[in-house]
Amino acid sequence: MGALLQNLSYYYHYPFVRYALIVGVLIALCSSLLGVTLVLKRFSFIGDGLAHVAFGAMAIATVLRLTNRMLLILPVTVVCAILLLRGGQNTKIKGDAAVAMMSVGALALGYLIMNLFSASANLTGDVCSTLFGSISILTLTMTEVWLCAAMSVVVVTVFLLFYHQIFAVTFDESFARAASIRASLYNLLVAIVIAVVIVLAMNLVGSLLISALVIFPALSAMRVFKSFKAVILCSARQPGGNRPGDGK
Amino acid sequence: MALLVCQNLTLGYEGNRVVEGLSFTVDSGDYLCVVGENGSGKSTLMKTILKLKAPLAGRILTGDGLRPSEIGYLPQQTVAQKDFPASVREIVLSGCLSRRGLRPFYNRAEKLRAAENMEKMGIAALAKQCYRELSGGQQQRVLLARALCATRKMLLMDEPAAGLDPRMTVELYALIEQLNREDGITILMISHDVAAAVRYASHILHIGRHLFYGTTAAYLNSAIGRSFTAVEGSDG
Repeated sequence: MGALLQNLSYYYHYPFVRYALIVGVLIALCSSLLGVTLVLKRFSFIGDGLAHVAFGAMAIATVLRLTNRMLLILPVTVVCAILLLRGGQNTKIKGDAAVAMMSVGALALGYLIMNLFSASANLTGDVCSTLFGSISILTLTMTEVWLCAAMSVVVVTVFLLFYHQIFAVTFDESFARAASIRASLYNLLVAIVIAVVIVLAMNLVGSLLISALVIFPALSAMRVFKSFKAVILCSARQPGGNRPGDGK
Repeated sequence: MALLVCQNLTLGYEGNRVVEGLSFTVDSGDYLCVVGENGSGKSTLMKTILKLKAPLAGRILTGDGLRPSEIGYLPQQTVAQKDFPASVREIVLSGCLSRRGLRPFYNRAEKLRAAENMEKMGIAALAKQCYRELSGGQQQRVLLARALCATRKMLLMDEPAAGLDPRMTVELYALIEQLNREDGITILMISHDVAAAVRYASHILHIGRHLFYGTTAAYLNSAIGRSFTAVEGSDG
């Protein structure tokens, strides 16, 4: 145990390890906060779906040789998240089918484009690192760390300010609408935030494993606690302990 | 002026007209049951009254200082709610949301109101319990308490007795009748249970191919009322 701690404190001398830890914890915090709402709305798999969409967008951005790939990935993912969450229960294609359709379609398209047009010598390596995460968490720049910190502040503030509205819309959308709460606005808010979190989290765990960050904290908290507030608090506190990215 | 006036409404969705020429008035203290076959537009009528949907034609007026957001709504339970991890108190409090505005917390008056309504519905002892662990009847009381937090005047219910056993159903109807008689809350209810509808309601609205609106006694004497209640047998 002593040796382990010594080892850890040795690693923490390096700034890139500290950055990785900070960003990892912040992203896990945001995704688990949102996770509770998403799991309860029966959108557990949206993380996976959106990550695949982001993968497809990333493939296109790589082929187009954009210098800042975020400029393409982020808008595409946000639009898909809005399309998925906006419809809610009343669309012709229900939630899970829509997520599945979008996710598989984007994955196939992304891989096809990478295969046809990629200039890289190590195609399998590229694809693998986007799907399963990569060492890019250790090459974070200061700007990215600040971006993550700012985003976490925004997510937590949104949650604190609109906690009761988010609760009402998650529990019973028709009652909330009848009480003249603008449910579609809150759905939109959640959709945008989750899309941004997922795009940032792709660096951390890769697009295949993102769902873990979204659903595990929420699900385990839901099993244990009996009130919404306790579930949210517990879910948000977990990431410090069980980050899937820790092994990297 | 009446609490709610519907003038010459045409209801439907995606250009598909379900009900045409529907007019009725609800006065303060009425107990109106909406009956009709499946797909006759009962739920669409509810959504239109709650302003969740625009009518294809006609208009809905509210009077006596009733704002559309002040109608307490008891929707049908969704699948997602059955295992929702929330305490009874949290759910009842969320009924106060529309009067709270943008303030990010509930004040003392709203908490008191939630406590009163839980008391009234006989669920005060369950306040800290988890919603998913309650029985169907208790869950319905929780949702009713929440709807009461949103209104003092009018409750709109969408088949409140769906999925309840006979004893729970009787208890729930008694509770609703008490709200109507003692607290003077106007009740608007969609029901498939025609026997209960004619027993408790003061007015009946029958929608479908033939429209009927009038008092319960008039409904029982009308041709459409007789044909509809006859199916139920002699227990009405």
